[in-house]
Amino acid sequence: MKKLDHFRRSSLMKSLGILPVLLIIIVFFTVLNRNFISGGNLTNVLRQASINIVLAAGMTMVILTGGIDLSVGSILASSAVISLVISLDPVLGGFAVPIGMIFGLAVGLVNGSLIAFLGLPPFIATLGTMTTFRGAAYLIAGGTTVINNSLNFAWIGNDYLGPLPWLSVIALVIIALTWFLLKRTVTGVRIYAVGGNVQAARLTGIKVWKIMLIVYGASGFLCGLAGVMLSSRLYSANGLLGQGYELDAIAAVILGGTSMTGGMGGIFGTLIGALIIAVLNNGLTIMNVSFFWQLVIRGIVIIIAVVIDTLRAGSRAFNG
Amino acid sequence: MPQEKTLLRIEGLSKSFPGVRALDNVSFTVNEGEIHVVMGENGAGKSTLMKILAGVYRADNGRILLDGHEVRIADPLEAMELGINLIYQELSVAPNISAAENIFLGSEKSRFGVVNRREMNRVSGEILSRLGAGFAPETIAGRLSIAEQQQIEIARALNHRSRILIMDEPTAALSERETDRLFEVVFALKERGIAIIYISHRMNEVTRIADRLSVLRDGRYAGTLDKAEIRADTVVSMMVGRSLDDFYRHDISTHIRPGVFAVECISDGGKVAESSFSLGSGEILGLAGLVGAGRTEMSRLIFGIDRKTSGRIYLEGTEIAVDSPGDAIAAGMGFVPEDRKMQGLFMRMSVGDNISMNVLAGLARGGYLGKNAGENYARALMEDMNVRAASASVNVESLSGGNQQKVLLARWLAIDPKVLILDEPTRGVDVGAKSEIYRIMGELASRGVAILFISSELPEIVGVAQRVLVMREGRIVGEIREKTEISQENIMNYAAGVKSPDYQYRKAEYTA
Repeated sequence: MKKLDHFRRSSLMKSLGILPVLLIIIVFFTVLNRNFISGGNLTNVLRQASINIVLAAGMTMVILTGGIDLSVGSILASSAVISLVISLDPVLGGFAVPIGMIFGLAVGLVNGSLIAFLGLPPFIATLGTMTTFRGAAYLIAGGTTVINNSLNFAWIGNDYLGPLPWLSVIALVIIALTWFLLKRTVTGVRIYAVGGNVQAARLTGIKVWKIMLIVYGASGFLCGLAGVMLSSRLYSANGLLGQGYELDAIAAVILGGTSMTGGMGGIFGTLIGALIIAVLNNGLTIMNVSFFWQLVIRGIVIIIAVVIDTLRAGSRAFNG
Repeated sequence: MPQEKTLLRIEGLSKSFPGVRALDNVSFTVNEGEIHVVMGENGAGKSTLMKILAGVYRADNGRILLDGHEVRIADPLEAMELGINLIYQELSVAPNISAAENIFLGSEKSRFGVVNRREMNRVSGEILSRLGAGFAPETIAGRLSIAEQQQIEIARALNHRSRILIMDEPTAALSERETDRLFEVVFALKERGIAIIYISHRMNEVTRIADRLSVLRDGRYAGTLDKAEIRADTVVSMMVGRSLDDFYRHDISTHIRPGVFAVECISDGGKVAESSFSLGSGEILGLAGLVGAGRTEMSRLIFGIDRKTSGRIYLEGTEIAVDSPGDAIAAGMGFVPEDRKMQGLFMRMSVGDNISMNVLAGLARGGYLGKNAGENYARALMEDMNVRAASASVNVESLSGGNQQKVLLARWLAIDPKVLILDEPTRGVDVGAKSEIYRIMGELASRGVAILFISSELPEIVGVAQRVLVMREGRIVGEIREKTEISQENIMNYAAGVKSPDYQYRKAEYTA
């Protein structure tokens, strides 16, 4: 069965996805600068990637349903500001972390409701909340930066678990949990089903609104978590935090091979995608490439990586 | 009889794809001004052959001769320049621009780069009126019916001075009346000397229009019949390679318990007028009618997909509330929709996931699914349904139409349904799979499932159904209770309004 062999090989290539690109980039930077591959620097890369990994995990679920979440950067900012403000309160201070995350969850559920119950296109709904909660973040911070030098949850952003920073540990745990949700639960199968064919999903009795609330709620919750992580790292928060983060998260998901039309892809690819972005940032900075050039190179690498992926996956076998 | 002139000669065409020999040494001729029907099961190579003629694929071997001269067709543009136009099953009309702009798509009239709409409208208007189209060239294509959009495509081909027009199942989405209209157009084209290669699955329309008929089987040429020789049983036996006596006839006799399922006064306030009927367990109730008679709409109301304005549904003597497909499934109802790709299947998901979609929650413990839970569960049902796939983990996309349909049926068997609504379950399915689907329906009925069988193919209604309801313009207008009375003629008399409505709902008492 020649066809079967061909099928197996191509599915192996598919499951490897974008990983070869990451390895090539790592080898490239290692050749140019031995320091890149040092344990200390790799830990750095993982820490720098952690916020984007957490956001991209939520974004993966959203994009798998065929949607998009533009509000992640704004939810991150307002959650971060709220956590900081709460942490300064003598009574509620201890609840800063859960309150920040619950706030993120609440905004995510607002996104989900706009999409599920009012039928707004995800792009429009989250464009609206993106602007709204960017403004809210500035307002809650009073237009300045909220600082807490004795932050009670500073350990999240600055301490280590063994050799790994807590930030990276959290990011990897989120990846594992998302993988479990997508591949091992009924909800996961239904997320793929809704993204693959929403009409068919309705006819099999799947409550599409529920899936929408789950994915946008999860995305919001993870933005809240990312907000806590970032503000903890900085001991401060302001309305500017996380601007443009939605684009990095989307880039990680796309690099990871998840289809923008929904129904195809997975969290492992997203992890690799986020690492590619982080490795590029780190490697180019080590090489003293200016920030402006970094942007140019990053954009080009994203395009090239996806083109390679499309060409490889696009040579589809004959059917019928 | 005028001298027949060979326009197109195909000699020894072969084409392989990785692992598949799609066309194997196929030869035949097409005459000027003839309607040449090509038939064959799905996967017999019809589409591949047509795509080679239209320049989409290139043949590995063989020659194509036009007017006796060998031609090379490297791409669709060259095919069009040679006068060969293919009208795809899926129409390629841009809905957002006018009919005229569609007709001139890719060959827009312009002066110094400025589009000359007036000229385009004038020429389009001429072609459209020649086709007898009832719309102006300025009309936005998206506002037109599918039949009218098809006329745009035909007009586009004529505008390219087409000599050979290839039509791939053009009536698949048309109503009876629109089909008649299309045939008039096809006959007019034939009069003008245009050769028409017409692909179809429908025996009754083939006998109406074909001058000659060629059959492909497993990528090989199985022969050509002249008009006088075209008979359903001959064609079917050529297509499947064996003789099928009375292919559609399935004497299904089951123990029927009447009144298990009843629908009373169901309506959506528009397309479905208050309709009532009852259905017994073990019964296959045919629901016939012309396209647009409201059969699909009524079944969607019953299954809770669309909102009903009135109506009660009874299962086993008690009224059930069905406000969503979830309610219907919970009550033990299943629904195979008419468009399996758009409404039924998850094309990018595995066969196993597709089959187990309705019972996933039951396979899980607290929402947790084991590794490949769906695939493992589906295996037994795949065997039951005789689904031919390499394994439960291949994507549904890679299966043939018939096997895809069996996957959908398997999904509903998984819930062990009491009532199953099948909306055109054999549409776009090849002859072999059709017969298997009839067999499965019979088995389900003998297990006591109540089946509502919607079909536009009268022979299969006549062959399979035990009782028939006919709908017309949103109402149930007739009932044929005796198997011996079920004939195409009796059904058509109700469906076309020849016989006036005489349907009366009789409440069947349910006894447990």
